[in-house]
Amino acid sequence: MTGTITASAIPFLAAAADRPETARPSGSAGNAGTTVSMRLNGQPYQFSVDARTSLLDLLRDHAGLTGTKKGCDHGQCGACTVLTDGQRTLSCLSFAAMNEGREITTIEGLATAAGELHPMQQAFIDHDAFQCGYCTPGQILSGIGCVKEGRADNDADIREYMSGNLCRCAAYPNIVAAVKQARHEMEKA
Amino acid sequence: MLPFSYERAETLDDARKAVSDGGEQPPTSAAVQFIAGGTNMSDYMRLGVNRPAHLVDINPIPDSSLRTIAITESEVRLGALVRMSEVEDHPGINQRCPMLAESLKLAASRQIRNMASLGGNILQRTRCEYFRETSWPCNKRDPGSGCAAMDGFNRQHAVLGTSDACIATYHGDFAQALIALDASVEILGQAGSRRMRFAELHRLPGDRPEIETVLRPDEIIVAIAVSLPAWAARSGYLKIRDRQSYAFSLASAAVALDLSEETVRDVRIALGGVATVPWRATEAEEALKGKALTEETATKAAEIAFSGAKPRQHNAFKVELGKQTLVRALMDVGQMRI
Ligand SMILES: Cc1cc2nc3c(=O)[nH]c(=O)nc-3n(C[C@H](O)[C@H](O)[C@H](O)COP(=O)(O)OP(=O)(O)OC[C@H]3O[C@@H](n4cnc5c(N)ncnc54)[C@H](O)[C@@H]3O)c2cc1C
Ligand code: SF4
Ligand code: FES
Ligand code: FES
Repeated sequence: MTGTITASAIPFLAAAADRPETARPSGSAGNAGTTVSMRLNGQPYQFSVDARTSLLDLLRDHAGLTGTKKGCDHGQCGACTVLTDGQRTLSCLSFAAMNEGREITTIEGLATAAGELHPMQQAFIDHDAFQCGYCTPGQILSGIGCVKEGRADNDADIREYMSGNLCRCAAYPNIVAAVKQARHEMEKA
Repeated sequence: MLPFSYERAETLDDARKAVSDGGEQPPTSAAVQFIAGGTNMSDYMRLGVNRPAHLVDINPIPDSSLRTIAITESEVRLGALVRMSEVEDHPGINQRCPMLAESLKLAASRQIRNMASLGGNILQRTRCEYFRETSWPCNKRDPGSGCAAMDGFNRQHAVLGTSDACIATYHGDFAQALIALDASVEILGQAGSRRMRFAELHRLPGDRPEIETVLRPDEIIVAIAVSLPAWAARSGYLKIRDRQSYAFSLASAAVALDLSEETVRDVRIALGGVATVPWRATEAEEALKGKALTEETATKAAEIAFSGAKPRQHNAFKVELGKQTLVRALMDVGQMRI
């Protein structure tokens, strides 16, 4: 796989054409389409998308990386958490176009090519830190961020710094345990 | 979401020029608008509340002054593109002025704080549910349409600084620490740069709640400057909410105390979650100056801070909650060793 795909913007612009024309300031160039290059899980990609496309929709609908979940689409649940240049962020609150030149890591990019799980993934299995699993990709990416930020020293810190990831199944105690285990493993590595 | 075009600004000049024909309306209803962290803008665009035709992304602007935290003996200057989490983590700020770091640490979630800029943070728009849902009448969103919150479910709404047109709460936390310390903002626009007191940035709703700040559409916030007297080390931010984390405040208090033994030489008080704009409680400060800090004097000050409160049907609890929050913040901060 070359890792470079170009998603067509045409269906999106066609849909936009049904709406009333938006007044545009004179002199400002550009239409609703935009191009963006970024690295997804280590591979270079280039996309041509409608400017409205969120990073989350880009990942799921244009790059086929459906591991990142959409819970609320408004920054209120954490299901869409990814790493942007190593820092945890919410992909639903970022327009895809704003990620020019960035390195995005999703749940699909954590295991090694040989299939060895990331310590955080292994810890979630070891501690049974999920039930339905919908929030889990976001929890795992957020847990990695939490450890990297040095905010996983005790249960209270983990709870506070993982509060941006809701779990409707309330696997919270097991999630805290998993983050603690992974912290030890990640520190050893 | 309505279609819009997107542009990356490569320089501050680019960004200013992009909005040169932005018109006379407030920035929040201009055709061309800035985006920084995007955590407020993208949310409100998706809701159909913010409707720019053209977005100017200011993140690519390379000027390091936009990204720098610079602390001197007497002041800290925070670039507008510094992220909330950078201030939260900054050892110098935690030591010299805990209230600044705490107001950020207790806001939103760490993911959002990694994304959100300080400039965008102070300009965040209200969370009034009727403002966010475009099917309701709302004077702030659609001037003259009425206010659904006035006789609606207004538990989250403000009790201070309200008007007959709008009772929406200003929900930002950081702004309370800034107004308490009488911070200033550096602004760059067509007419050059200017510096103003942070206290003058936000406008009371009055009969024009759609005009939230005194900024013009072409004006970019470049930095925030906060003077740091030695006693700012005795400061804190107390935030009370429906759940312990990842929620907006119902009531909060930013407090800094200059104490000589028990006596209050100087004090700064700002109140979050209860007012329509960042809210400094100057009269309460005056009531404490020169007095010993006790439960009694703190309670007196809290009474004064809320004497002008105008509760509506569901938010009357905020008056008592706000007072108790302030008393506890004063007593807690008074106990700090510096
Ligand atoms: C679920 C959730 C919970 C939250 N909880 C809290 C909380 O508890 N406490 C709290 O304080 N906040 C909270 N927030 C709000 C959050 O802090 C703001 O969304 C964020 O700080 C905005 O910063 P930004 O850089 O993303 O701004 P953007 O979304 O990029 O911009 C916001 C506004 O500022 C303008 N703007 C941005 N930068 C500049 C500049 N330099 N000059 C001129 N104009 C500019 C934009 O045009 C826009 O109008 C929460 C948000 C969410 C989604
Ligand atoms: S309180 Fe203000 S923002 Fe909320 S509905 Fe009324 S006018 Fe709109
Ligand atoms: S989908 Fe992004 S926070 Fe819920
Ligand atoms: S495991 Fe079901 S939402 Fe978390």
